[in-house]
Amino acid sequence: MNHGWLEKNSIFMLIGIILVIAVGGAVEIAPLFWVNGTVEKIDGMRPYTPLELKGRNIYVREGCYVCHSQQVRTLRDEVERYGHYSLAAESMYDHPFQWGSERTGPDLARVGGKYSDEWHRAHLIDPRSVVPESIMPPYRFLFTKTLDYRDVRQMLTANRMVGVPYSDAQIAAAKEDLEAQADPNSETQDDFRKRYGKAEVRDFDGEPGRITEGDALIAYMQMLGTLVDFKTYRANAPEHRR
Amino acid sequence: MERWAYEDVLAFAQSWSVVYFSLMFLAAFAYAYWPKNRDRFHQAALIPLRDEDA
Amino acid sequence: MQADVQQAPWRFDHFFIPVVLFLGFAAALTEAARSPDAPMVAQGWIFAACMAFTGIWYMWMYAGRTPADETRTYADGVVKAGVIAAMFWGIAGMLVGVIIALQLSFPSLFYLPSEAWTNFGRLRPLHTSAVIFAFGGNVLIATSFYVVQRTCRAHLFGGSLSWFVFWGYNTFIVLAGTGYLLGISEGREYAEPEWYADIWLTIVWVCYLVTFLGTLIKRKEPHIYVANWFYLAFIATIAVLHIVNNLSMPVSLLQTQSYSLFSGVQDALTQWWYGHNAVGFFLTAGFLGIMYYFIPKRAERPVYSYRLSIIHFWSLIFIYIWAGPHHLLYTALPEWAQTLGMTFSIILWMPSWGGMINGLMTLSGAWDKLRTDPVLRMLVVSVAFYGMSTFEGPVMSVKAVNALSHYTNWTVGHVHSGALGWVGYVSFGAIYCLVPWLWKKRLYSNALVEWHFWISTLGIVLYITSMWVAGIMQGLMWRAYNDFGFLEYAFVEVVEAMHPYYIIRAVGGLMYLGGALIMVFNLWKTVRNGVPVAPAASVTPALTAEAA
Repeated sequence: MNHGWLEKNSIFMLIGIILVIAVGGAVEIAPLFWVNGTVEKIDGMRPYTPLELKGRNIYVREGCYVCHSQQVRTLRDEVERYGHYSLAAESMYDHPFQWGSERTGPDLARVGGKYSDEWHRAHLIDPRSVVPESIMPPYRFLFTKTLDYRDVRQMLTANRMVGVPYSDAQIAAAKEDLEAQADPNSETQDDFRKRYGKAEVRDFDGEPGRITEGDALIAYMQMLGTLVDFKTYRANAPEHRR
Repeated sequence: MERWAYEDVLAFAQSWSVVYFSLMFLAAFAYAYWPKNRDRFHQAALIPLRDEDA
Repeated sequence: MQADVQQAPWRFDHFFIPVVLFLGFAAALTEAARSPDAPMVAQGWIFAACMAFTGIWYMWMYAGRTPADETRTYADGVVKAGVIAAMFWGIAGMLVGVIIALQLSFPSLFYLPSEAWTNFGRLRPLHTSAVIFAFGGNVLIATSFYVVQRTCRAHLFGGSLSWFVFWGYNTFIVLAGTGYLLGISEGREYAEPEWYADIWLTIVWVCYLVTFLGTLIKRKEPHIYVANWFYLAFIATIAVLHIVNNLSMPVSLLQTQSYSLFSGVQDALTQWWYGHNAVGFFLTAGFLGIMYYFIPKRAERPVYSYRLSIIHFWSLIFIYIWAGPHHLLYTALPEWAQTLGMTFSIILWMPSWGGMINGLMTLSGAWDKLRTDPVLRMLVVSVAFYGMSTFEGPVMSVKAVNALSHYTNWTVGHVHSGALGWVGYVSFGAIYCLVPWLWKKRLYSNALVEWHFWISTLGIVLYITSMWVAGIMQGLMWRAYNDFGFLEYAFVEVVEAMHPYYIIRAVGGLMYLGGALIMVFNLWKTVRNGVPVAPAASVTPALTAEAA
């Protein structure tokens, strides 16, 4: 038996396997990065504010995505229940995406603005106090834990490194912007608005003087799906047809 | 590089990939049913039954 | 013999493993000492403890001596360890599954409002990772090491490297599992471990590939048996998937959090390309390796058609890799990718059933063994479940069906018919074979295997039927309209309607766990009190003589 040939045989097999699987991956995934129209160009999209980004981190940390989707499909009942179907552009700054795979609870892609901050607070502390049939876990600890945002500037920087277009000014003022968004009386309001446009500013958790994890999570949820103005969005415009 | 449009991907998928898939399948099929390989595969199938435990 | 016992030839593994363990230990201590991030400090200590434990164990095993395993024909110590670890994690993972099923059934009883780590969102990744990666992974490592040695008639390559794979992999499990409880997550299903755990797994996985491939290369059989093809495809593809899908930017080297390199729609497709192929290559190809060895071995007859197995192999790996987008139908993913994913998912039915037929027909002419050998029955029923869920999968990937089934409990039911029926049963069957073979004892009780089989089969039936009903009901209620053209049900009414089915599901899961506990007892008694089997009595099938 020729051992040299045999040795090559198992290496050949390995190479064959990798070639076969590489073709499928490359042909299917790579075009998404360079075919025109994968992500439509659209008005209104902006990167998350530092407070919203912190809230999003909590959303990921607590595994909200295992029960809540963030993707309204192009089906009549979903559009009527949740709002306009999700556009690719709406998650263009989402590292990672949070489209989810289960609706043990409702879709959250457009939950922003549907409920008051007080409702969210009560619901997160004890879901069954506002929705008796709910099976959601309680998140009381979010409102007792002060938000740790020492690292928020690094978080924006890391996001910029993976492609989110944060400006130097946004990164430099990340901490101030985070505080400004949670406190409507702060002196840096104007600077914040200059950097993040129409982002909502208020004390989200109903506890002025302290920024809790609850502030961040509610700030994030209240902006979900609100950036694109669907009164002016024309789904049938040629640039949106793919 | 010129960015591709959806139609270009479609045209490619409907022509070359069909050829590619067919060739892949034929290659695997030919290998499996090549008359010369018959005996080798017969021997190979018996490998698990031949291994005596140490 | 020389007086100087240290004069052993230089070996790469004796150098490489201590260096890796030391570097891991040093890095972990640095994190523990310097990180501003409390969860990272905890992970640092946990990782350091794992490295220290493995290091001490390694010195105790290898310093100044050669373990008997290295001089025997086959290295079976690491296989035994893998079997034990698999059963341990299997029970742990199923227990967490039952707990979270109870949380959804009785939310006011099973949530602890002040304990963040007990919430569903953290326990669910713990459950999925524990059963898929901890239980399934250890089963695959153990069986692949067993099978590759027997079918190559060669000792494992790399000396102690296989032990490093075992301890390293289980360190990854501990790191990932404790991480979820601490709230560390990348936020993508089945790929939740953070960047440092991903790097560690990459190192371990490359060693796994080297061990496996090295054994193939030094084999004494001219042919590479088909089970090894499946194992090799599993190891190689998981390496590719793991690396590509986990590309991410850490906030800093002293923090747990990282941000995925991709965003939105690209991230979604990369993730489901990974996610679906974790099913295809981890939970299917790897376990098909088990099927192609253990069913012929146990039934004492060669696989039904070796040619079919070749076509099965190449078409399966070729087609599976495309099927990911069926998780993203009707989403913002471009239409062409959705169509591609759906098409390949439907084609996938063919090779899947080719494999199923091959597994089942191996029994032809020996069907009576199903009556007398409950272990073989478990293996064969697993293949039947494989056939069932690989039929259900393509059906659910049809867009019209997916519109109803997606986001519902139907998906959960589908996954569990594959996980409990196929992966669970084929693993249990293999372990019921392996423990008597490895410890050279007769299995303590066949009657207990029967009990295990029937209790857990009933559990599976309760589980998947309740989830089918729940899922289809959910899908129909969401899209129901009343006479005035408005949506008929509020979301929470649908949640309420799920209640009885969640309870039935929890009961089904509990029964499955109960069956597994019976198995642990049976295996424990086998190892402790089993009747020894004389080595000469090992099975030597008559077919060998015929073929020769």
